[in-house]
Amino acid sequence: MEKEKVIEVKELTKKFGDFTAVNSISFDVFKGEIFGFLGANGAGKTTAMKMLIGISKPTSGDAMVSHFDVHSQADEVKKNIGYMSQKFSMYDDLTIRENIKFFGGIYGLSRKHIKEKTGKLLEELQLQEVADSLVGSLPLGWKQKLAFMVSLLHEPQIVFLDEPTGGVDPITRRQFWELIYAEAHKGTTIFVTTHYMDEAEYCDRVSIMVEGKIEALDTPKKLKQSFNADSMNGVFLKLARNVE
Amino acid sequence: MFERFKGFVNKEFYHIFRDKRSMIILFGMPIVQILLFGFAITNEINNVEIAILDKSADSETEIIINKLNASPYFNIESEVRSEKEVEEVFQKGRVKAVLVFEKDFANNLQILNQANVQVITDATDPNTANTISNYVQSILQHHSDEINLQTEAPYKLEVKSQMFYNPELKSVYNFVPGVMTVILMLVSAMMTSISITREKEQGTMEILLVSPLKPIQVVVGKVFPYIFLSVINAIIILLLGFLVFQVPVEGSLILLALESVLFIITALSLGVLISTIAATQQAALMMSLMGLMLPVILLSGFIFPISSMPEPLQVLSNIIPAKWFIIILKGIMLKGVGIAFLWKETLILITMALVFIGISVKKYKIRLE
Repeated sequence: MEKEKVIEVKELTKKFGDFTAVNSISFDVFKGEIFGFLGANGAGKTTAMKMLIGISKPTSGDAMVSHFDVHSQADEVKKNIGYMSQKFSMYDDLTIRENIKFFGGIYGLSRKHIKEKTGKLLEELQLQEVADSLVGSLPLGWKQKLAFMVSLLHEPQIVFLDEPTGGVDPITRRQFWELIYAEAHKGTTIFVTTHYMDEAEYCDRVSIMVEGKIEALDTPKKLKQSFNADSMNGVFLKLARNVE
Repeated sequence: MFERFKGFVNKEFYHIFRDKRSMIILFGMPIVQILLFGFAITNEINNVEIAILDKSADSETEIIINKLNASPYFNIESEVRSEKEVEEVFQKGRVKAVLVFEKDFANNLQILNQANVQVITDATDPNTANTISNYVQSILQHHSDEINLQTEAPYKLEVKSQMFYNPELKSVYNFVPGVMTVILMLVSAMMTSISITREKEQGTMEILLVSPLKPIQVVVGKVFPYIFLSVINAIIILLLGFLVFQVPVEGSLILLALESVLFIITALSLGVLISTIAATQQAALMMSLMGLMLPVILLSGFIFPISSMPEPLQVLSNIIPAKWFIIILKGIMLKGVGIAFLWKETLILITMALVFIGISVKKYKIRLE
C-alpha cells in the first residue's frame, strides 16, 4: 500500500526582489513520518517552512499541506497544523494553565475539552505542581517541552517545529526527542528543522537545503552511504563543500 | 467565536495587570499628571514678590501700594531707592517686578489728569512676566476707575472685558482637557503599539498568525482591552477634574463619551499603524514618544496657543488628531455646546481614524506577503 502524502511540494519558490530565498524545491512528506529539514543559516529553510504554514505567500510553485492548497486554502491549512518556533512561543507572564487555556481557546477547543487536555498534559510532563506558576519561571527545557505539547493541543495532522531544541542541554534534547517519537508513533507527522546534526540521525528522512535548493533527500542511512560519510555531520560538510 | 475572543481579551488583561510598568502608566500617570498640572504647573500667580521705586511718596502712591499689597497676587518685599538698584534686585532673583512711580505723582494726577507708573518685569520667564504685568495693570485700572467715578471726567472711554467660560481664568480648565487628550493618546497609541510589537519580539505573533485566528481578529483582540482601559482613564480624569478642581462638564455627558471613544479609536489605529512599522518594543516606544507625544503636547494647542504659532506649524497642527479632540472637549466641557457646533471636528476625527485603519490594514497585508 502506498503511504499517504500529507505534504506535497512542487517547485515552490520565494523571491524577495532579486534574491531567490527558496529556489524551486519539490518534495513529499508521508503520514507519521519524522521529516528533518536541514540547512545552514540562511539556506532558506525558515522561508520554505513559513510558506508551508501559511504565513508567507509563495512567489510561484504549489504546495499541499494536509490536503489543502497553501495558496487558496491557507485557513484550512492552519486548522490542521501545529507550530512551534525557535523563539520560545508561549507567554512568560501567564501561568502554565493559562497558556494552555489560551492556546486551546484560539484553536476553538471547548472549555471542557481544554480542561481534559490540561490535566492529561500536566500529568504527561509531570508539571502538576507548577501548573499555576508563571511560565517565565520555568527552565528553558521545560518550556520547550511544554510548547511542543501545547502545539499539539488541537490534535493537528502535522506539526512544524522550527529549531525546537535551540539552546537546551543534551539530556533535555534527548527527552524532547522522546516526546517527538511518541507523537509520531500516534500517526502525527513531524516536520522539524534543526542544525544539530546528531538530531538529523533521529529523523526518518532528511532533506538538506543549500542556497535555496534541496541538495539531498533520503534516509540518514542512505545519505551516509551515498556521501561516504560516517555521520550526518560528514554528509553535511561534504554537501556544503560540493556546492562551493 | 465569542469564546475565542473572550479568551484572547482575558490573556491581554493578564499581560497588563501583571506588568507593573503598564499599571503605572495606565493608572498612575493620569492621576499624577492631573494633580501636577492642576496644582503645580499653572499660569496663575500667587504671592509674587515685587519691589517699589517710589520717587513721589505721596498719599496717592501709598493708596496704590496698599492696594497691591492687599491683593493675593503680590507681596511688596522691598523699597528700591534708585534706578540703579532696580537691576540689582532683579539679579538677586527673588523680586519679579519693580513698580516705578514718577515724581510728583499725585500732583500730576490732579493737575494734568495723568500720572505715569512704570512696570519693569523680570522676563527671563516671559509667561510669568506677562501675567504679572497684566495683573498690575488691571489693579491700576481699577484704581483709576474709582478716581474717575469721584471726579466725573467729561469724556471717558471705558473698556470692560469679561472672560466667558472660564471667568476666573483657571488654568486647570485648560489642562484637564489637555491632560485627558495626552493620556488617552499615550494609553491608546503607545501601549497598544508596544503590546503588539512585544508579541512580535517574543515570537508569539508568529504563533498567533499560524493559528486559525485571522490577523484582524488578533489586532482587535489586542486593541479591545485598551479601549476599555482608556474609557476608565477618561472617567478618572474627569472625576478628578471635577472633584479636586471643580472643572465642570457643561455639555452632554453622552456626547462627551462618544467623542472620547472616537478619539480613543483614532489613537488606537495610530498605535496599530506604529506596530506595523516598528519591529521592536523600543522602536515602538520611540516612535510613539517622538511621533505622537511631542506633537500632542506641543502642537495641539494644549500648552501653546495654535493662533500664535508660525504659519507652517499652524498648518501642521491640522493633521494632529489631538488638536481636534481638544477643541471638542473644551466645547463640551466648558462651553456646553452640542454636536451642531462640533460636527466638523468630529468628522475630521472620523476621517483620520478611517485613514489610519486603512493604512494599517494595507501594511499588515504587505508584511504577510
